[in-house]
Amino acid sequence: MTDLSLSNQTISGKTAPPSEARALRLPTQWMGVAPFFIFAVMFLILPTLYLMLGAFQNEAGEFTLENLIALSEPNIVAAYLISIKVSLASALIGAFAGLAIAIAIVRGGLPSWIRSATLTFSGVASNFAGVPLAFAFLATLGRLGLATVILNTVFGLNIYAHGFNILSFWGLTLTYVYFQIPLMVVIIVPAIDGLKKEWGEAAATLGATTAQYWRMVVIPVIWPSFLGTVILLFANAFGAIATAYALTGSSLNIVPILLYAQIRGDVLHNAHLGYAIAFGMIVITGLANVFYIWFRTRSERWLK
Amino acid sequence: MKTGRFWAWVVFILGAAYFFIPLIATAEFSMRMRRGAYSFDAYQIVLGDARFQATFMYSVVAAIFTIILGVLVVVPAAYWIRLRLPQLRPIVEFITLLPLVIPAIVIVFGYIRMYGSNSPLPFLANDTATNALLVIGYATLSLPYMYRAVDTGLRTIDVRTLTEAAQILGAGWSTIITRVILPNVLIAVLSGAFLTFAIVIGEFTMASLLNRPAFGPYLQNIGANRAYEPAALAIIAFAITWGCMSLIQILSRFAPKSANRPN
Repeated sequence: MTDLSLSNQTISGKTAPPSEARALRLPTQWMGVAPFFIFAVMFLILPTLYLMLGAFQNEAGEFTLENLIALSEPNIVAAYLISIKVSLASALIGAFAGLAIAIAIVRGGLPSWIRSATLTFSGVASNFAGVPLAFAFLATLGRLGLATVILNTVFGLNIYAHGFNILSFWGLTLTYVYFQIPLMVVIIVPAIDGLKKEWGEAAATLGATTAQYWRMVVIPVIWPSFLGTVILLFANAFGAIATAYALTGSSLNIVPILLYAQIRGDVLHNAHLGYAIAFGMIVITGLANVFYIWFRTRSERWLK
Repeated sequence: MKTGRFWAWVVFILGAAYFFIPLIATAEFSMRMRRGAYSFDAYQIVLGDARFQATFMYSVVAAIFTIILGVLVVVPAAYWIRLRLPQLRPIVEFITLLPLVIPAIVIVFGYIRMYGSNSPLPFLANDTATNALLVIGYATLSLPYMYRAVDTGLRTIDVRTLTEAAQILGAGWSTIITRVILPNVLIAVLSGAFLTFAIVIGEFTMASLLNRPAFGPYLQNIGANRAYEPAALAIIAFAITWGCMSLIQILSRFAPKSANRPN
């Protein structure tokens, strides 16, 4: 591909007079991608850089580390911790449950319509997030929700008396899992499809048991894409706000809700502290994605 | 193998229970408004609410503009990279993935601070400009999906030959893009468009922080103040998402599977 395009260019370079070719090429070469880059710089890169620089400035615009140091205030640390805990828990639960479902529908010998129905539903459910998802879980596990009521009347189990609350860490985690599992299924099914039949046959020929085949072939091959997806799910949950806000109002102090309150009303009484919180969020999701890309490139060599 | 199939069924049924119970519970809850009998009262109230109609229409229009803007930004870039600047592909792919890295709340926070009333580009100065900024923000959010969809579509056609054929017939660049390339990737563009629609229609963070009368903030407001209407709205929102995804699936059947690619 590269060879052909290169030779094309040299041919056209030879046939056209050099000055004319240059005059024509320079502007048109960039015309097609110019709108994209202008858009990305103006509305994605510059606003983010603006906040990141603002995190290192005080009100007078001088360089300072005070904002980042102020992130160690107890309520901000608590917000980061609970955010990380919810994101990690929902990512891990979502990942393992999603993997189990993916293996069940691809390798479990279930009827083929189950596979396509599950994949279709996963596409829908992974995009069913935000405010409506919170409503659905309030109607299910809220104090008057169907599951709460049935557990209480039929099984005599009052989950609220046992300390469960939908407006809590586990309530939020359980809700996030609703879009985390389908996302895992959508991403990991191609990886499981990538396990070649020959590998299983080769392992069997060499006398491997099923357990050995899984432990020494399947898990090592799936592992990088599994870890990569866990990280993606983590970042996905970490930046989410609408579900948590509609579910808990501001009673659960996660980072996006803290930042939301700060943007609306400067609750921290320091505009640049808001920048620092945003900076912290970018650092965490950014780091997560660096690992994601690293795992992704490691996993891709098996998926050809 | 028999035990394997047994466990596969167990996993599948547990998963199905986790995903269907909330939907059933929500549907049941939404019909409980009238005492002692199931009814669609909550739906009637919601659909008849003037604010529902106004905010829903606002978000539909915002979604349409978002799709148009997304197509205008993404299609020429993706086309041009395939045709002339393949060396830019990694950079562009990296940029299109950034909205997945940078949370929406951070992006809109940046807008508010950078494009405030006193800035050289005061997007927040009046309603029209703020509406435009919301559409821009939505286009940013949908960038990863739009770019991926269009790029997949372009991969199945032979961009170079089509372009050269059009040039030989005397077509200019705008003709090539609108009458040759776009019709060929139309199905891919439409799948990206429906996904964008599903994401934008109930979006809360950006609309709320830019103070726009969109569907997402309306949903949140109803959730904070009503009992049965939120459940009805959740079912309606699920139906919309389902509709968008089904359209994408149906469209994918019409997409070209492969093409002759001499290079």
